[in-house]
Amino acid sequence: MLQRDYTTSQLDVLEAEAIHIMREVAAEFERPCLLFSGGKDSIVMLRIAEKAFWPAPIPFPLMHVDTGHNFPEVIEFRDRRVAELGARLIVASVQDSIDAGRVVEETGRRASRNRLQTTTLLDAIEDNEFDAVFGGARRDEEKARAKERVFSFRDEFGQWDPKNQRPELWNLYNARLRKGENIRVFPLSNWTELDIWDYIRREGIEIPSIYFAHTRKVFERDGMLLADNPWITRGEDEPVYEAVVRYRTVGDATCTGAVESAAATVEQIIEEIAATRITERGATRADDRASEAAMEDRKREGYF
Amino acid sequence: MDILRFATAGSVDDGKSTLIGRLLFDSKAIFEDQLEAVERTSRDRGTEYTDLSLLTDGLRAEREQGITIDVAYRYFATPRRKFIIADTPGHIQYTRNMVTGASTADLAIILIDARKGVLEQSRRHAFLTTLLRVPHLVLAVNKMDLVDYSQERFEEIREEFTSFASKLNAPDLTFIPISALHGDNVVSRSENMPWYNGSSLLHHLENVHIASDRNLVDVRFPVQYVIRPQRATDPAFHDYRGYAGQVAGGVLKPGDEVTHLPSGLSTRIASIDTFDGPVDEAFPPMSVTLRLEDDIDISRGDMICRPNNQPQAAQELEAMVCWMTDASKLGPRTKLTIKHTTRTARALVRDLHYRLDVNTLHRDESAQTLGLNEIGRVSLRVTQPLFVDDYARNRLTGGFILVDEVTNNTVGAGMIVEAR
Repeated sequence: MLQRDYTTSQLDVLEAEAIHIMREVAAEFERPCLLFSGGKDSIVMLRIAEKAFWPAPIPFPLMHVDTGHNFPEVIEFRDRRVAELGARLIVASVQDSIDAGRVVEETGRRASRNRLQTTTLLDAIEDNEFDAVFGGARRDEEKARAKERVFSFRDEFGQWDPKNQRPELWNLYNARLRKGENIRVFPLSNWTELDIWDYIRREGIEIPSIYFAHTRKVFERDGMLLADNPWITRGEDEPVYEAVVRYRTVGDATCTGAVESAAATVEQIIEEIAATRITERGATRADDRASEAAMEDRKREGYF
Repeated sequence: MDILRFATAGSVDDGKSTLIGRLLFDSKAIFEDQLEAVERTSRDRGTEYTDLSLLTDGLRAEREQGITIDVAYRYFATPRRKFIIADTPGHIQYTRNMVTGASTADLAIILIDARKGVLEQSRRHAFLTTLLRVPHLVLAVNKMDLVDYSQERFEEIREEFTSFASKLNAPDLTFIPISALHGDNVVSRSENMPWYNGSSLLHHLENVHIASDRNLVDVRFPVQYVIRPQRATDPAFHDYRGYAGQVAGGVLKPGDEVTHLPSGLSTRIASIDTFDGPVDEAFPPMSVTLRLEDDIDISRGDMICRPNNQPQAAQELEAMVCWMTDASKLGPRTKLTIKHTTRTARALVRDLHYRLDVNTLHRDESAQTLGLNEIGRVSLRVTQPLFVDDYARNRLTGGFILVDEVTNNTVGAGMIVEAR
């Protein structure tokens, strides 16, 4: 009876699902916000938000939790993208949290502000009275994330309780909250790293230059290439050299590693990822290597 | 390339983790660092083999107790399809997780140990997947290597299961003899079972036809959000008023006559908009924005359908309900919040007709309540009309969730069997 086959491509299905999730949030919450770091996942999430409400502007502000240890190319990109959209950007600063005595800077060779971000994030959610916070996390990233809901409930302390999650059926999401609680919303839950890149290619989305191969001064630590920068304490056994690298993920500059790569275009990056045998977090995130349950533990405390 | 979502049911003993591990490994979806981590943990725990369940059991408590407590989602792709696995624990105390995983699945794989045959838990898994109307069911008869790849044993299990499944109104049913451990009939056809003429499991997953499983007949567009760009920079959008939503059924085209519920007023679709420009048609699962020719007062929770094909506007519902909390029970006079498509209302339980034993399918009509993981037939009265179809006809307009009004937890899932 039907004239044609109504097959839908994987990117169209994922996009439709993410748009549906964003509209549910806009309809059911009073004060949502979208975490935007200038990383590829949050860039895709921002494009989805643009699509979900077009021709109206995105009906919520963006927020960046800024460790102060940034790649300048990414901050430049962030600000330009925000200006293009005419969106409102809230910058929650880890430095401010340190100055206010809310957290204490780590010391030593492996000092990082990664874990401090959680306090800054939770304080910003509370100060702005946000009840829903969009994050770009994907279930394929990490095994604790594989168990997380699309609407992930956080109590008044911002904590995640993995054993006590709300069941999630069909496309029905439970947005009920008491004051002080919030929901972290992950519209890209079902996307993989490759889906993100396929989508960036299909949509012709601009991304910061550090995702492409470039020459950078790096040194090696724990099998990862870290950029030489003013915030990191290097040992004498960690000599700096120049290498052609690119970033697979963009995070805090002190704990995000680069990979050696000559991929200069999105197509070349897709080829590289399709052939790689190491996960993106395994290759580039010192923070996940701390222990078997490093991500779960940080998430319980209220991390992204 | 499209997406197939499938659920796997079974326990570690059935070789479920081994099967998933093999699918992921052979499709290169397991990475070296993940495998190293699993090997390291297996060694630390003194396990002799690499325990692939560690790949899916991601939570600290799961690893400590050696159990799966929640639905884990895993991803892999072949050149033909992207796959989303909802890996659900098979034990009866996790019925709610299996129901959750099955709710969005196009296909379910039920694992049976060839030595043990059809067990009580196999029947429970089959019942739950048919209750949730998963359109395709695969019975993977595993550990064929341990029964000498016997065709006779396979046929015995097939017959036993087929006779049971006929009572369930089971959908498309496929039997595949496999050995997950040795890879027989998982990715490629096995030389050990020349008597088997069907597809390998992966070949079946890649080729099973799912496009027509969606309801493309009954137009259902639950209005999710009204788009009115009040400070649009482009003057062309000053008077723009669009109704955004995800198509839950049927095919919509510009010019089509449509009816708005609850008003019953009819108009035509002026255009179907997206960020990427207007489209000629919209069908599930597309998220689009409709503009209509006439001004009708439309808000979130309303439904757009065709004049001669409308859902029931119902305040009395008959449904199968799965109860999902141990903090309370469902019984007559229980008051709850109900969320159905984009509409939220309050619901009162009027009657519990029976509680179903998910192992034997026995109906206990003397039951007074439903507890955690129990399923029963329930009558509900809701405070405002919901626009519903039988769940068997449309999973999106036939399914609902129940939310506790004190704790705000999702405590029940319902499938409508009859509406008035």
